[in-house]
Parts: sequence; C-alpha cells; structure tokens
Amino acid sequence: MSFLTHEPYRLLLALVAVLAFVGVNAMYLVLAERKGAGRFQRRPGPNEAGYGGWLQPVADVAKMLSKQLLVPPGTDTILFRLAPLIVLAPAMMCLAVVPFSDTLTARDVNFGLLMVFSFGSINVLAVMLSGWSSRNKYAIISAARVVSQNVAYEIPMLLVAITLLMITGTMDLNEIVRQQAGGFWHWNLFRVWVNPLMPVTFVIYFICMLAETNRAPFDMAEAESELVAGAFTEYAGMGFGVFFMAEYANIVLGCSLATVLFLGGWQSPIGVLSGVVWFLLKMYALVFTVIWVRWTFPRTQFYALLNLSWKILIPISLFTLLLSGALLKLFHA
Amino acid sequence: MKASILEVPRGFWSLLVGMRVTLTQFFKPVVTVPYPHQTLPIPARFRGHIELVVDPATGRPRCTACKLCERACPSDCILVDGAKLEGEKKKSVTLYHLDFTKCSLCGSCVEVCASDALRFSREYNLAGTRKEAYQYDLVQRAAAEGKKP
Amino acid sequence: MNAVDPTVRPGVNETFVLNLGPQHPAAHGVLRVKMTMDGEYVMRAEPVIGYIHRMHEKMGENRTWAQFLPNTGRIDYLSALHYNHAYVAAVERALKIEVPRRAEFLRVITSEMNRISSHLVWWSAYLIDLGGLTPLLYAFDDREKLLDLLEAVTGSRLTYTYFRFGGVYNDVDEAFVRGTRQFVREFRPRLKMYRDLVTTNIILRKRLEAIGPISAELCRKYGATGPVLRGAGVAYDVRRAEPYSVYPELEFEIPTRREGDSMARYLVHMAELEQSLRIIEQGLDKLPEGPVMGKVPRVLRPPAGDYCFAVEAARGRFMVRLVSDGKDVPYRVKLRTPSFSNLSLFEEASRGMILPDALALMGSLDLVIPDIDR
Repeated sequence: MSFLTHEPYRLLLALVAVLAFVGVNAMYLVLAERKGAGRFQRRPGPNEAGYGGWLQPVADVAKMLSKQLLVPPGTDTILFRLAPLIVLAPAMMCLAVVPFSDTLTARDVNFGLLMVFSFGSINVLAVMLSGWSSRNKYAIISAARVVSQNVAYEIPMLLVAITLLMITGTMDLNEIVRQQAGGFWHWNLFRVWVNPLMPVTFVIYFICMLAETNRAPFDMAEAESELVAGAFTEYAGMGFGVFFMAEYANIVLGCSLATVLFLGGWQSPIGVLSGVVWFLLKMYALVFTVIWVRWTFPRTQFYALLNLSWKILIPISLFTLLLSGALLKLFHA
Repeated sequence: MKASILEVPRGFWSLLVGMRVTLTQFFKPVVTVPYPHQTLPIPARFRGHIELVVDPATGRPRCTACKLCERACPSDCILVDGAKLEGEKKKSVTLYHLDFTKCSLCGSCVEVCASDALRFSREYNLAGTRKEAYQYDLVQRAAAEGKKP
Repeated sequence: MNAVDPTVRPGVNETFVLNLGPQHPAAHGVLRVKMTMDGEYVMRAEPVIGYIHRMHEKMGENRTWAQFLPNTGRIDYLSALHYNHAYVAAVERALKIEVPRRAEFLRVITSEMNRISSHLVWWSAYLIDLGGLTPLLYAFDDREKLLDLLEAVTGSRLTYTYFRFGGVYNDVDEAFVRGTRQFVREFRPRLKMYRDLVTTNIILRKRLEAIGPISAELCRKYGATGPVLRGAGVAYDVRRAEPYSVYPELEFEIPTRREGDSMARYLVHMAELEQSLRIIEQGLDKLPEGPVMGKVPRVLRPPAGDYCFAVEAARGRFMVRLVSDGKDVPYRVKLRTPSFSNLSLFEEASRGMILPDALALMGSLDLVIPDIDR
C-alpha cells in the first residue's frame, strides 16, 4: 500500500477524499441547518427519521432521486443540463488547494489564493445559465439579480484578498497558515500593527461570503416567500438537489478560506498540537455562524443589498487597502 | 451626511444585538411537546362533542326530550325524540342524534338544557375516513359508557 | 426608492398583468390581487375579494338572535372576542339589558388578551413575508400561554363564543387571575426581546422606513381605521371616541405616529401590545366580585328599530348594525369590518411602488381576508 504515498496515487486519493468531503458535507449540513434552525426557534428540528433525525438526509436524497428529471420543452437543453454540473465543480476544485493540515492538502500550489478566487466566480456563470436556459420570465429576472449581486460582492472580496496578499506577501495558502504559527495572537485577525482595521476586514469578508453564496439575508434569488420563484424553478428532483449541494459546498469553501486567511487555518490557538482538528473546528464554527445569521435576520431589499456593497463595503475595503499599504511602506519595509 | 455615516456602525451593532438574542434562545430548552409520544393535559372546560349526562340514581340519561337544544342549535345538528316510560312524570329520551360534521361547538345546547343533561366531552382524537363516522347516537354512547367498569 | 411617476415614461405600454393569486405562501389568506406591472413597478393593484365569502350577513337573517352568536367569532377569527362584544352589546342596547360589572371587566380583560394574541399573529406573519422566519416561533410561544389561559376559561382556543347577552358564559377562577398576572410579568421582557431582535434591526428598518406612505387624507377617503389610521397621525380609537364597557375607567394611551410609513404602522402595533398589558393589569386589579350574567328576558325580541354598536377590534373599528322588526330573527345584520376599508386604500397607495415594497405595505395593513369577505 506504500504506493499510495507516491505522487499520482496520492493526488487521486486526495481528490476522491475532497469529493467525498463535499458530498458528505452537503448532505449533513442540510441536516445541521435544519436542526440548528430548530434549536434557534426552540423546536427540535427533524427527529423522526432515524434516532434524532440522523437519517433525514438519506430520506431527502432518496426523495430527490426518485423524481423525474424534467427538462421543460423550449429550454436550451444543453445549457439546462450543463448548469448543475458547472455550479458544483468550482467548489470542489477550490477545495483541492485548501490546506486542511500541514500535510493534508490535495495539491499545494503556490498561487492557491489566486486560483480560489478565479474559480470561485464560475458559479455565477452557472446560475446565469440556469436562469437563462429555463426560458421562464421570472427565472431570468432572478438570475440577473443573482449575477449583479455576485459581481457587486466580488469586488470587496477581492480587495480584501489583495490586502491580505500585501500583508502576508504570498499567495500560497499553506504558507499563509504557517505564518500564523504560535498562539492565537499571531493569527491574521489580530495582525493590527499592519492593518489596524483587520477585524473589520474579516467582517467584510464574511459579509461578502454570505452574499456570494446567496445566503440570507442576501437570498433574494431563492427567497421562498418572495413572489418571483427564483432562478432554479424549472429544475426538478436531483437537478435542484445539485444546486442545493453546491450552495453548501460554497459555504464550506468560503468558511475554509476564512479560517485559512484570518483564523490561522490548522494552527492551534495555544501554539501546540496543531492539526486538522483545529481546522475543522474553526471552519464549522464559521458555518454555525452562517446558519445563525440566516435564522436571525429578515431579507434585505435588493437595492439595499447593492447599496451596501457599492456604497459601504467597497469604500471601507479600499480604505483598509490604502491604510495597510501605507503602514507596510512606512513601518515594515 | 454625518447621520448616514454613523448609521453604519450603529446598524452593525443592531445586527450583533439581534444575534445575541437568537444565541441565548439557542441554549434554552425546546418548547415543543413531541405530540404522539407525549400529550398535554386537557383543561376541564375543553369543548369536545357533546354527550348525555347519566343520572346516577336511575342509570339513564337525564334528558327529557324537551327539544330546547334542537331549537337552540344554529346549525341543525341535533335530532331528539323521547317517550314517556311507565310511571315516570317526564319523557325519557329514546333518540338523540348528533350530526357532528356541522357542529361548531358553540355550546348553545349545553347552556339552554333545562335538565342539565348535556355536557362537553373531552375527546379530541377524532380523525376518521368516513362522514358516517361522525353521526353520533348519543343514547347508545351513554349506555355504553354506563356499562364500562 | 419609492414611487415612480407613471407619466415620466409616456408611450410605454409594455405592462403585463401579474396575478398574486388566491393561494399564497403563508400570510395574507385567500386574496387575489391583479397587478398591472411595468417591469418591477406596480402600475395598478386591483384586489379581487370574495374567495371566502361565507354569507354571514345572510345567515344573520335566518338565525335567531342567540343562534347568530357563534358566527361573530368566525368573522375575524383572530380577534373573535371583540366581534362577540360588538354583537352582544348591540343586542343589549336594543333590549336595555344591564351587564354586571364583573362581567364587563372580564369582557375587557379577555378582549385585550385577544388583541395581544392577534397582534402576535400579525407580527409573525409580517416578518415571514419579510424573510425572518424565527420570530414566528417566539411569538407563538407567548401566544400559547394566552391561548391556554383562554381555553381554561372559555373552552376554545381561537373562535371564542364566550360572551352572552347580559354577561359572559363562565366565571373565571383564581388560577386564571394568577396565570394572567404571570403572563403579564413574563411578557414585558419578551417585548424587549422582540425590540432587540426585530424592531431596532437595521435590515428591518431599511425594509420599512419610508416604504408605503399612507397619509391621513387617504385614510379618511377610504375609511381606514385602526393601526393604519393611527400610524398616519390621527389619534382615533373607538375606545376613546365612543367609549363602551368599562374603558372610561381604565388608563391607557392611544399610540400614534406621524410618519405614515410601514414602520409607523409597525411601531403602533408594538406599542398597542404594551398598552393592552396595562389595561389587563388594571382590569385584574379592579375586578369586582359579583355575578357574571345579568337579567335577560326569556324570549329575545328586540323592539323594531335600528341598533348599532362599534368596538375597537384588533384591526380597527368593527361595527354591528342590527335592524329588527320585532321578530325573533333579525331583519338585517350589517357588519362593518375594518379590513375591508383598510384593503380599499391599497390600490391607491401602491401605485408606482416596486413589488416587494407593495407587499410590505400590504402586510402592514394587517388584513385578515375572512374579515374582508365575511
């Protein structure tokens, strides 16, 4: 079995592990969200299927698989079938470069940050495709809204990434994590001598991640009680299931990136015993916060959403970029 | 201008306050009672369908078939008939038909009864599949009730 | 982003009709609104009612005075006791029946509890419309306590038929008084929690402030009452304008706000919850001993004539007009319901608004569709 540590086999195994990770997460994050929503609302959540509801995702998957994959007439069939595939692929590709621990990275590329952000914008294309090919007036309107929302929130996210790039001086995600070794005071979140507004930057990143993944309070596109039905109306059964999975995969990706960039990745907060467990703990804490935010707030209005990005987040992130640049030049040359 | 700039941190603070509220609720116990596995006590005045009150002295319903309930019912649910038994001064009920599909549980019948012969039952597990199941013969039910140990 | 002047784009006739059909995802009820839209803007919103017309007024002509009483609880099922009150008080006025003081206080206390539970449902449904699904559960937890208290007294949880001509059906016991005081004690901190979670939330404020302005003049044109009118700056409340029952002896304020937008109506509703708590506390403190039913003639035949009685229901002014011709069945029962008038101003108020804002406006009007259709 030692051939498994050699290069092509290790990579293959790691990629299969990433795919499995995404799949299991998608299934059980749905359950975690429903149970979490239940607890926030003082009710049990799903608890009939299996003990405490642990078999609920299996029931959901079985239900979705049993539905007919209806392709409505008049739609662009190739694009219609392509959209669910395109929406899931980028999340999986990006997770291949995220360092789960010192040795557990599917592929340690030295431009990991760039790769994640470039591939991350592909799923916007997929949503547009799904809305467009559905040939449904409301789906097109909804998809157009999703695109403008995602484009608006890409910008502050990239500005944050550039700020971090300047501060850490590398695009290699594993290297960024290694720079945060020591105790939690070494984490990028607390690197305030270079960027005094670092916690604000983290909050901006978090908000942008919520908007990019179309999570409440920015979920106009898939709002259940809005009049317009959403970009995915014409998808039935597993087609819709794939979009759902992709949403959770994107959340996992966004939270993993936030842990790596700001919270020290797999570094332990006390400096010893680092490893994959800390990474997972931090990531799932952020996922919990994403769920927490969803079940607390009402939905924003669409123009308020865009106002927030263009008028508030972009000026603040530009300002932090300039500030960190100035401080780096003046004090840390 | 200054107000709209100050609104940003104040607005953000309001979001954090809201999140703290939901987090405190997260750690409180669940309010839901898991219904089929656990039931709640039914209050004394709960309005289930009506039933005839049996007089413990005679072992028969108190109803004298005066038809006040039949006249008071807004939905025409009740059909009463009675006959005088040997040696009795008032009639005794022989037929008391309640069409529960129309009853709105208003309580006029219970209230207007001159002999205190009607009361609300406490039954709520009444799911059924046929409309005929809700045509109640209250005299028969009262007799069956009397035979229970 | 508010009203767009329809004359700015002359010659535009690319409007389409969007049907906000009788079936809705939660809230609203069976109301159909035919919206003529220009893109995202509502050019004309025409409500189509009648999907739950149950002919209560016709039933009034075929039922005796006492038999009609259960109907009153079903007109607006969320604030059934207010509707009970209007009807029994109108008949009491006709027959000159005296209601004992204990019964009057019980009527006021239970009515105010009903007002609180109705406002909690409005709050929950409105927030679901806006996307916040959690406050429903919190509000219904509080409402459950109210419903349990009222169930122990009346036997029903929603469509109460508790009031009778001359008083109330059942007396309350010590457990009710204790339970209600405990509810009042526990509900005030919950109101603070609702304020923290929802009212001061920046997202909600952006959704509601300056959205859906309704002026006092518009309310006057369409006869809108209740929180809609009070949110537009007019301090009109039937409990003060045409005092009835024991309200003159109780101290409470009429919450009014001047802005007339959805946020104003929201804040009026929330302030009314606090005022209802005050009334309940005073009612419990002043509750006298005594009978709960007055002397009522055996045969109910109000003398021929026109009688009416108005109450401040949870949604606005509810008035019953009874026309009697001396028989034991009314000649005419006219129900003037608040939601009907409140809905009528929706068409004019929503012109030129963007669709989600129009929906936020409709939610703030607190409509119960069976109340509109009767």
